[in-house]
Amino acid sequence: MEKTEQRKELKVSAIENGTVIDHIPSHSVYQVLRILNLTEYNDQLLIGTNLESQKMGKKGIIKVSNKFFKSDEINKIALVAPSATLILIKNFGVSEKKTVEIPSKVEKIVRCFNPNCITNAEEITTSFDVVNKDDLKLRCHYCEKITAKDNMTFK
Amino acid sequence: MKNKSLVSINDFNREEHIRILDLAGNFERRPRQKILEDYVVATLFFEPSTRTRLSFESAATRLGARVIGFSEPGSSSVQKGESLRDTIRTVSNYADIIVMRHPKEGSARFASEVSKVPVINAGDGANQHPTQTLLDLYSIRKTQGTLDNLNIAFIGDLKYGRTVHSLTMALCNYNTTFHLVSPAELKLPSSVKMHIKEKKLGYHQYTDMSEVIPKVDILYMTRIQKERFQDPMEYEKVKNSYILRNAMLDDAKANLRILHPLPRVNEITYDVDDNPKAYYFTQALNGVFVRQALLAAILGVVE
Repeated sequence: MEKTEQRKELKVSAIENGTVIDHIPSHSVYQVLRILNLTEYNDQLLIGTNLESQKMGKKGIIKVSNKFFKSDEINKIALVAPSATLILIKNFGVSEKKTVEIPSKVEKIVRCFNPNCITNAEEITTSFDVVNKDDLKLRCHYCEKITAKDNMTFK
Repeated sequence: MKNKSLVSINDFNREEHIRILDLAGNFERRPRQKILEDYVVATLFFEPSTRTRLSFESAATRLGARVIGFSEPGSSSVQKGESLRDTIRTVSNYADIIVMRHPKEGSARFASEVSKVPVINAGDGANQHPTQTLLDLYSIRKTQGTLDNLNIAFIGDLKYGRTVHSLTMALCNYNTTFHLVSPAELKLPSSVKMHIKEKKLGYHQYTDMSEVIPKVDILYMTRIQKERFQDPMEYEKVKNSYILRNAMLDDAKANLRILHPLPRVNEITYDVDDNPKAYYFTQALNGVFVRQALLAAILGVVE
């Protein structure tokens, strides 16, 4: 039993200091990387997808060395990975565990679903108020239309 | 209100709405006051709208302002491919205030953020048209003596009519009872009904307009457009059910007034025009006073 645990753990090796983002839906791993601007990250970055998870069946994991996110930065990933858990690592040990929370405002990362919205016609940074966190609904700051989970796309 | 853009009806609170209506009353009594003589008003119509543009230009001219701008994008640098951002940045160097109509939703909010001078939204796609809402409020208050506790019926296309949506939202501040009359496929969207429910106000939905006429103080008519129907047969079935004829007004309350944002096509027959309850052309005139009030208040020449 302990042996399998260890083997699983080794699939994505440990980091000395930094943040582990665990329990990401597998299909959202690359979106999370983009949202957090990690595609250009120039320190150690470990990525696992389709890992076995008791809780989720399959999950993704991202380990970011020497990076500790501000909460408004990390909360953006709640839109694509509400189940994500954050583990802050110091000296190979767990220093803190956190969950992500859907923010009250969402900027840049989401596209407005309304094809007639000015943000889809010109280069404009999108901005939304989150009007429902449980059944995710974002109101566009510009066209005032509601983008819901079903029609949400990411920039 | 000085230097404040008006993009959405909710940008101004209830007190500010009332302030504009009171000011508009002053301009109705004295429409010609040269209080904007040193000012330049730009009217940028990225989409033609003769009525709204003329109403704004009349308001500005009666206050002595100079008007610059364009009435369709073909006669502007938009045709050369200039972005809205650049057009607004440039024009805000030339004018003290910008009035704009644009086919894209959210364009006016964006313009207000890149402009150095305040922006008045004269319609952004299907989104907002706040000056229409203010002139509707003015017309309702003028004919009823109050905005509070009225029974107001909206007739026709309640799904796509932004006029209806904005006015409904504004009226939610005045303990209105709403009577919503439309074909099944053109009902008021739930997002707008949500505002009525939040304020715990009464609303009733109907498909037949005759039964609401005796109950209400305001009959707000709208046009039903054929292209809104998925099935043309459905349009043919309902098109005559939402036409107001003079004979239908026999049982109406004495204080009832008929409003319509215009243009009218056939939804109010001409025999209604001579009925003293018909108010739609005066409503259009009120638009000039309300726009005078907005220009004066936002430019800060009246307290």
